[in-house]
Amino acid sequence: MLLSFLLTVPVITALVIMFLPRERTTWPRWVALTGTIMTLIISCRILLGYDLGAAGFQLGEARELLPALGIKYAVAVDGMGLVMVILTAVIIFCGVLASWDVRERPQEFFAFLLVLVTGVFGVFMARDLFLFFLFYELAVLPMYLLIGIWGTGAKEYSAMKLTIYLMAGSALMLVGILALYFSGPGQSFLLDDIARQSFSRNFQAVVFPVLFLGFGILAGFWPFHTWSPDGHASAPTAVSMLHAGVLMKLGAFGIIRLGLELLPAGAQMWAPYLVIFTLVNIVYGALVAMAQTDLKYVVAYSSVSHMGIVLLGICALHPVALNGAVLQMFSHGIMTGLFFALVGMIYGRTQTRDIREMGGLGRRMPYLALAFIVAGLVSLGLPGFSGFVAEILVFIGAFKVYPWLTIIAVTGILFTAIYILRVVQKIFFGPEKDKFKNLKDANPMEKACLAILMLILLGVGVYPGMLVDIINTSVKSMAAVWGGTP
Amino acid sequence: MIAHVWLIPALPLLAAILVSAGGRRSARLAGSITAGAVFFSLIMALNVLTGLISAPGVEQVSMVWLRSAGNLSMELGMLVDPLSVIMLVIVCFISLMVQIYSLGYMAGDQGIVRYFSFMSFFTFSMLGLVLANNLITLYMFWELVGLSSYLLIGFWYHKPEAADAAKKAFIVTRFGDLGLLIGILVLAYFLNTFNILEVGEAVKGGQLTGHWSTMVALLIFAGAAGKSAQFPLHVWLPDAMEGPTPVSALIHAATMVAAGVFLVARLFPVFAASETALMIIAYLGGFTALLAATIACVQNDIKRILAYSTVSQLGYMMMALGCRDYIAGMFHLTTHAVFKALLFLAAGSVIHAVHTNDIRQMGGLGPALKITAATMLVAALALGGIPPFSGFFSKDAILMGIWAAGRMDLLMVGIVTAGLTTFYIFRLWLVVFTGRPAEKKYQAHESPWVMILPLLVLALLALSLGWLGENFRHFLSASWGAPSVGEAPHHRLIPMFALLASLAGFGWAYLVYFQKTISAALLARKFAATYKLLKHKYYIDEIYIFLVRQGMFMLSRGLAWFDRYVVDGMVNRIGEFCRLAGKGTRRLQVGRLQAYLLAFFLGLVVIMVSVLMTHPEILEIIRSYVCPATGRVVAML
Repeated sequence: MLLSFLLTVPVITALVIMFLPRERTTWPRWVALTGTIMTLIISCRILLGYDLGAAGFQLGEARELLPALGIKYAVAVDGMGLVMVILTAVIIFCGVLASWDVRERPQEFFAFLLVLVTGVFGVFMARDLFLFFLFYELAVLPMYLLIGIWGTGAKEYSAMKLTIYLMAGSALMLVGILALYFSGPGQSFLLDDIARQSFSRNFQAVVFPVLFLGFGILAGFWPFHTWSPDGHASAPTAVSMLHAGVLMKLGAFGIIRLGLELLPAGAQMWAPYLVIFTLVNIVYGALVAMAQTDLKYVVAYSSVSHMGIVLLGICALHPVALNGAVLQMFSHGIMTGLFFALVGMIYGRTQTRDIREMGGLGRRMPYLALAFIVAGLVSLGLPGFSGFVAEILVFIGAFKVYPWLTIIAVTGILFTAIYILRVVQKIFFGPEKDKFKNLKDANPMEKACLAILMLILLGVGVYPGMLVDIINTSVKSMAAVWGGTP
Repeated sequence: MIAHVWLIPALPLLAAILVSAGGRRSARLAGSITAGAVFFSLIMALNVLTGLISAPGVEQVSMVWLRSAGNLSMELGMLVDPLSVIMLVIVCFISLMVQIYSLGYMAGDQGIVRYFSFMSFFTFSMLGLVLANNLITLYMFWELVGLSSYLLIGFWYHKPEAADAAKKAFIVTRFGDLGLLIGILVLAYFLNTFNILEVGEAVKGGQLTGHWSTMVALLIFAGAAGKSAQFPLHVWLPDAMEGPTPVSALIHAATMVAAGVFLVARLFPVFAASETALMIIAYLGGFTALLAATIACVQNDIKRILAYSTVSQLGYMMMALGCRDYIAGMFHLTTHAVFKALLFLAAGSVIHAVHTNDIRQMGGLGPALKITAATMLVAALALGGIPPFSGFFSKDAILMGIWAAGRMDLLMVGIVTAGLTTFYIFRLWLVVFTGRPAEKKYQAHESPWVMILPLLVLALLALSLGWLGENFRHFLSASWGAPSVGEAPHHRLIPMFALLASLAGFGWAYLVYFQKTISAALLARKFAATYKLLKHKYYIDEIYIFLVRQGMFMLSRGLAWFDRYVVDGMVNRIGEFCRLAGKGTRRLQVGRLQAYLLAFFLGLVVIMVSVLMTHPEILEIIRSYVCPATGRVVAML
């Protein structure tokens, strides 16, 4: 029942928020906080309830939904899904903390945020294709309203662009899903049933790229990534956090869950070509990030670059690299959540996101500076933080399959170091500017939010064994499917 | 014995955490806590050292860090052998001295808590690095020392030069680290292990075939060259002098910059497998030694002179390693750590007294700063290779090693560099401490005892360490991976030549800067082109700036433009196309019901006709329904 409980808590919280009296503007955030704390506790319970020795899908539930079409309500988590569920619970909790000061229509804001999270949780645990798609759309749609209403700058443009882009991805995905359904055992959307089916090579060769592209759009796959910088730039803080932190992971998750698990032969056929695009993601993303002057664009392009590492880890089709990819999904989720939380806090104080106008902020805001440097260090893959573990696993695995191409990917860490340190220097170092003399450091709520994210990054970086063991349970079963790959 | 070794790095880490957790409250105690921690680490390290002297051996211990499907396991582990223990002692000792000194030097600084916790964190990382028994652990600590270096160079982050220097140091060394990382990946690819001992065995066993052994060695050396500031990656070290002087002494003179030399020594079997790689290392080291020494001759910033000197001496060590003289390289690393730390601390004492880095604004400080002057003289003599100071022995060992390897050209480079070294260091010493005080009025006074004490201790060692030569050789040769060494190579004339060169350098400095029989200004005019070239450090920085600005940043800006206007432009074009298409079709929505009905019927007709044309059987069906009825009607009529 734990999984269903996790799915219902955010929905119920959202409903409660909608029925709160309008004039109590501070109530919604407290209710939202309570709800997210509950999801956090439930996801920890799920973590404790997961039996590592047994591996596979656990805590499953299944109920008929539409027997005529073979649609079931079926949920369960495996190692990979579990890690993603925890990531989501952490990010939404910190996201609520980071949006503590949302003044405009707080009820609707928090309600939409919670609906979005329900969708995300659903995707990570769905065992039925129809359910998967349903939750996926549930996660993507509130984004439009959240950016369109609570955003900044060219928000309507960004919201529309993002939504159309993601809908295009969904359309491709739906084609793939229907193809799987109709070529599958028939009359069942259940993933376990479909997985038992062995699809012909030709079928896989056609359907895999469709699914990959559909999900890849959401994962920031080059050249379909431009929705993400604009979307991030316009989105309010918590939405950026969820968006880059969790939503982009849905894409990568979908590629692994549907693409790699169901269509291994298709993956093997296409991976060697897709790898080249992932390299473009990594290096191009980092180089473009270097030229940005808007802090949110820097972080957004850094996400494009880091998601490239995830995609490289996936396309290498090597167990070590895949382990790294999933770990990078987790690590990048937390890290980018931290980044966007910080950008929001800095913007809230300086009223600018242009890094050329900032400078010397470190003196007045040592805590924000520390947190930003930590996020930066994770981003540039400094050992001791989770990013390093993830990246080195991806590199080791990918190197065994594509040695020369991986060397190109490795140079990405140099470019990342350049743009990160440049930004850190421009914002926090140098002489203090007069107009920033009266700015305050983080308040306790913000400190809590940042501290949680930093500690997770550090904890996973120092002792990654536990997390890798959990992810490993999923990777092992997939590696067994590939069989022949080195 | 090895069971407690982990405490040696752990104590400084603990102290760093403790001090930073205390925040402002621990300002007064910070230095004492971190110095105390490293003091206990030193005691333990010495304990291990004595244990290892009485019972030489190689021990390692590991714990699993992570395990992944695909037959991969990463470990955290320690390797205790003479090499790592010597490094442990050096790091703990210099760190202790520097931290005691910092109690005086940094007193009153606003960020003193941050300072000591970073120093302690650096000590932890460096100790972890020298203890590592596998490449992953090594790389992790390797990057962590880089981080500490970044944080400490940029300690006064509000100064733009310091912030720039910190960034430059990190990025330039990271460029080298890229090589190291790729080298590790290649080793993992071929050997499927990260353990240094296993890697060494596998390489010795010839498991790296063809050019791969050279490739791997050079890739790893790229990392070493970055950290140890070897040409062409040396440019960050002089700029790193923007950090506080004790930081320069500990990190950028004695310990971290020696990490590259240590890395080559630690992985010596990997390098020994490739004659080409060793040759490149030897010549690059020699080139760096000479290049940096020439630059040092004309600089005026007291710390930059010492920085170039460090680059030059590190080149010396690399030269030794490249000539397979592992022992001499490490021996010079040890003596250099002591006398160079001393030089920096003494320079710090001078800066503390006169508040400037420019030697032209100093002069005649000898009487006021007696102990500083005396201890710096000891260090200068050691660096200059004058017997019986320690540098003489270690430098000689290197020259002897080069001679034994039969590289006469490098031997010449070594001897010339030795002459240049004495020249620039005595130029420094003579200008600062002798002669008439410069115009600037200052009240120079000797530093407090916490700063003097480390100077005295270090001076004592700079004087005496050289006599350990034979013991050092014996002890170190029991390290893992050390090439088997027989008798120390010996040549009677080489030390004489080297000494002559040193004395010539000294004599020249004496004539120009003490007797003033030769005018420095006149020399600079006479050799104006050379002088300018040296003054501008061979324009290497300018070349890099050009490459970075015109190359990387242009590329980055070009790609940003491409992304905005081509990739995203395409997206917007598609969007516009859709909108235009919508606009076009909108004209049809005129809102008149008649028009819609007409269109509807026309459409219906078109559909019906086309269906009937393609499926004539439908007509039959219609007829069969319609005709019987018609037939009946007709019949009734």
